[in-house]
Amino acid sequence: MRALTWHGTKDVRVETVPDPKIVNPRDAIIEVTSTAICGSDLHLFDGVIPGMEQGDILGHEFMGRVVEVGSGSSLKKGQRVVVPFTISCGGCFFCTSGLYSACDNSNPVEKQDASEAAFGHAMSGIFGYSHLTGGYSGGQAEYVRVPFSDVGPIVVPDDLPDDQVLFLSDILPTGWMAAENAGIAPGDTVAVWGCGPVGLFAVQSALLMGAGQVIAIDHHPRRLELAESLGAKVINYRESHVAEALLEMTGGIGPDAVIDAVGMESHGLAPDRLLDRAKQAVGIGVDGIHALRSAIHACRKGGRVSVPGVYGGFADSFPTGAVMQKGLTLRTGQTHVQRYMPSLLHRIAEGEIDTTFLISHRLPLEEAVQGYQSFRDDQNSWTKVVLKTPASGWIG
Amino acid sequence: MAGRNRAGWVILGGGVAALAVLAYVNAGRPRGKRDSAPGHAARRWRWGGYAVEAYTVTIARPRSELYAFWRRFQNLPQVMENVDTITEEGDTTRWTIRAPMGQTVEVATRIVTDRPDEVIAWSAVEGSQIDTSGKVMFADAPGGRGTQVTAIIAWDPPFGRLGQLVAKASARAPAMQARHELKRLKMLMETGEIATSARRPAE
Ligand SMILES: NC(=O)c1ccc[n+]([C@@H]2O[C@H](COP(=O)([O-])OP(=O)(O)OC[C@H]3O[C@@H](n4cnc5c(N)ncnc54)[C@H](O)[C@@H]3O)[C@@H](O)[C@H]2O)c1
Ligand SMILES: [Zn+2]
Ligand SMILES: [Zn+2]
Repeated sequence: MRALTWHGTKDVRVETVPDPKIVNPRDAIIEVTSTAICGSDLHLFDGVIPGMEQGDILGHEFMGRVVEVGSGSSLKKGQRVVVPFTISCGGCFFCTSGLYSACDNSNPVEKQDASEAAFGHAMSGIFGYSHLTGGYSGGQAEYVRVPFSDVGPIVVPDDLPDDQVLFLSDILPTGWMAAENAGIAPGDTVAVWGCGPVGLFAVQSALLMGAGQVIAIDHHPRRLELAESLGAKVINYRESHVAEALLEMTGGIGPDAVIDAVGMESHGLAPDRLLDRAKQAVGIGVDGIHALRSAIHACRKGGRVSVPGVYGGFADSFPTGAVMQKGLTLRTGQTHVQRYMPSLLHRIAEGEIDTTFLISHRLPLEEAVQGYQSFRDDQNSWTKVVLKTPASGWIG
Repeated sequence: MAGRNRAGWVILGGGVAALAVLAYVNAGRPRGKRDSAPGHAARRWRWGGYAVEAYTVTIARPRSELYAFWRRFQNLPQVMENVDTITEEGDTTRWTIRAPMGQTVEVATRIVTDRPDEVIAWSAVEGSQIDTSGKVMFADAPGGRGTQVTAIIAWDPPFGRLGQLVAKASARAPAMQARHELKRLKMLMETGEIATSARRPAE
């Protein structure tokens, strides 16, 4: 089959590799129709996530048709499914508590040592996201082996086209959980750093949850425009002082909740960010936390800090003082995708949520490399890239 | 661990490794004991000349099921990667274990304690290549989370500290083995399979 493989920093290729097969009883093989490139994939592309190996197949946002099932799978051949990026067993303490992205049993035992040493506990399995999270082959490919296929994939009705449901795999639930973690009360002001797909879906979710005003922050005009079209007010941090603007827009109180939808590769103008960047360049494990610092600084006293943005290492000058002295609550995590899929699918089917507005480009899988390059370098106009395989029947 | 002193475990009969276990138990006793941490969390690596390693996992299954799985020793190679074969002859169990640097070690053990749904302890018999004893305990986990399974292994590292380091470097150390094995046991019991990211079955 054809697949997008990682070979080093800024070196990804579309290659022919052996097809996957059923290995464990609960597996299914999915023939991919649509698969997206995520902001998280850019961290891999940029080489700031450790634990990658040459030839790893990337991609954790994908959907397609079931073509083969193991004896323990509940899926049936021919079903159309969206697959969550988190791999979850459904039976451990974490899965049964709804903390799917903390599953104890999906990261192969021998792959758990590294994250256990780094974080104190082992991470769960994730598709196409380094060997820290299992080394699972990802979805930017024609076929994928999906473990625990009786727990993860959600069957979608044939009348909902791929582009409407694909983002159930990650960014839609991620934006939703980010807003949920912000503990929004009616009338609250919520400020969102980053108007990438995650930030945009967080904006949309926060408004659906009853926020009084949502203020979105970025510097890409096109992305800010999309946030505005959802109903947010926007701040371009290249044009305005974010902290000052937020205070003025909230009567001097500050946002009730802040959301960092930027993560470890935050851009910025301040010197602290240059320092983070310099350290990132010399060694792995240094997170750029410019956006997070600025969010914590802006958050009102007793407010909530929600962090969907991904971090993988350590950071200098984390504002412990502001967190403690203002009595902030911090909530974060990889998304518990399985928890949100059914209700979000329902909202899509009811026409309550549109997910297609952020797709800027559709490319054949064969052109995935260009997709990575442009999504990284021309963020303003490349807001979201969806890759189509030959099986999708898409002809451009 | 409801109503049971985790450190207060039975001294294994037979095998010199029992001495290590004795030292371990003493460390877990109020006399000369400084905190509530289990003995195997102590900042020392030997107990009367023996290395002691231990690890605990919580498995969302009832004690009886886990005990029954373990008690049938032939089941264990499913979760123990370093164990090639297990054969039982009368009350003696023979283990062929992969050791560092491509070697294998033969160990024959005898059960010294067996309390259903609670504890199984074994000890190497005379003539084994490694002097070792071990024990696995099953206790109800709080909050209805299933069972806490603790495995403790005492062994006399060949070539002492150096041998222990070599074993560690090659992931054949009992500590890492115990941790990996218990995690695999957890996977098998909770999910019916052992997670792998292999794209295809091994050919
Ligand atoms: N928690 C999860 O499970 C999960 C899931 C998916 C993605 N993520 C993470 O969410 C983050 C965003 O993902 P995405 O796909 O939207 O990424 P993206 O790269 O498309 O978007 C990031 C946006 O942040 C903006 N930005 C950068 N620095 C900023 C700053 N200092 N202030 C304000 N805006 C700034 C950029 O201009 C860009 O528009 C990434 O870190 C990604 O890894 C997390
Ligand atoms: Zn993603
Ligand atoms: Zn689980």
